[in-house]
Amino acid sequence: MIRFDHVGKTYPDGTTAVEDFSLTVDSHASVVLVGTSGSGKTTLMRMVNRMVDPTSGRVLIDDEDVAAMDPVKLRRRIGYVMQASGLLPHRTVAENVATVPHLEGVSRRRSRSRALALLEMVGLDHKLGDRYPSQLSGGQQQRVGVARALAADPNILLMDEPFGAVDPIVRAELQKELLRLQSELGKTILFVTHDIDEAFLLGEKVVILKPGGVVAQEGTPSQILADPADDFVETFVGSGRGKRALHLEEVDGRQVVVDESGRPTGVLHAAPESRS
Amino acid sequence: MSQLLEAFAWIGDPTRWSGPGGIPVRLAEHLWYTALGVAIAALIAVPVGLYVGHSHRARGLTVAISGAARALPTLGLVTLFGLWFGIGLTAPILAFVVLAIPSLLAGAYSACESVDPDTVDAARAQGMTEWQILTRVEVPLGMPLLISGLRLAVVQVVATVMLASYIGNGGLGRFIFLGLNLQDYPQMLGGSILVVALALVLDVLLRLLERGISPRGAARV
Repeated sequence: MIRFDHVGKTYPDGTTAVEDFSLTVDSHASVVLVGTSGSGKTTLMRMVNRMVDPTSGRVLIDDEDVAAMDPVKLRRRIGYVMQASGLLPHRTVAENVATVPHLEGVSRRRSRSRALALLEMVGLDHKLGDRYPSQLSGGQQQRVGVARALAADPNILLMDEPFGAVDPIVRAELQKELLRLQSELGKTILFVTHDIDEAFLLGEKVVILKPGGVVAQEGTPSQILADPADDFVETFVGSGRGKRALHLEEVDGRQVVVDESGRPTGVLHAAPESRS
Repeated sequence: MSQLLEAFAWIGDPTRWSGPGGIPVRLAEHLWYTALGVAIAALIAVPVGLYVGHSHRARGLTVAISGAARALPTLGLVTLFGLWFGIGLTAPILAFVVLAIPSLLAGAYSACESVDPDTVDAARAQGMTEWQILTRVEVPLGMPLLISGLRLAVVQVVATVMLASYIGNGGLGRFIFLGLNLQDYPQMLGGSILVVALALVLDVLLRLLERGISPRGAARV
């Protein structure tokens, strides 16, 4: 469990990235922080592994204040995936995946076989292990980034717009892959994005941020869609423009879902059992 | 033209290639002074440069100091240090250290700065210590720039080491100053040609090292 307890971040030059933010991320839950640039979402996420230290308030992991923990040890037990894959260009893919086990003193052979297994797990051929990152496509590099984050089997995964730099088709694939991985692994995931569709797809809970880390609304995707807290949220999720205002029309005895411009977008079936 | 031919004839004279004052001995002395000056300078400049490049601290100050050091005339320094320390090796080596520091310093801090900040950020976020970031990420990736700083320093010093002979030491400068005093221009020119040739050879060797050492994966980016 990750808990933000009234955290704030003001830089020495006087700019305030985050004013006063509180949030609880339950264990095994995936929570998405979504907001435009300047909303402080990345700053907040980086407080968890002490890449940023808050100037006020506390961040707690399982009720332990991270400020009291050694940052290096803390970071090794938290997986971190970033937008620019951040792989070491002079190390092979397998070596990159094995970074943390290697730092922790796991033998080269064992960390390598674990790395190759992880590559398979994120949907890559283990033969790619001996390539260098620059020989991989952007989407493959992001998969390697996810494999590296999982290498030390952390309970917590921090994902900072990990799919922001790949094309929409690859992004959709990676999102699906992450959902599959999450259903298998059940990590506690804190995910940051500016893409509301991505947030609704991946987050069990979504937190919409205004500039300065102010929470505009917090809830499940359906709660936010059904009952946007204010105009800001409504605009942000696009419902203000009627983009998501759908209605049903009966065609040949079947319920067809039609959007606001009259374009059919799908056919309504009986509700599936339940997502989880 | 005939002086140039005479200079080559002087170099080619087999009697110059043996004995205590022969070309091989002077060449070895020349290389030894160069190595000593560059090594002492590297011991000072490389750690400082890596610290500055890694921490982004005191960069302006470092640039200013190395710029100022570059502007110092080495002959003046040799003379000045010679007045302080007297005849011997201390004065010229100190001057060569001052000469070599700016290039080595610039090579070291630009080596760190050349590494993509995202790569460094990711390494830190994975849980590398600052020392591990420096030794496993910044130094390997910046190695070509580090070597290029070394190359510049070596070439500058090797071309300047003849000044050691100016206050009574050995090295290829002996031939130059002896030739100058005796108005023996073939000898003087012969010594100069040897210095130039040595500088070029070292430059080429270090360029090859620079190319050979660039990290495999990074070379393709």
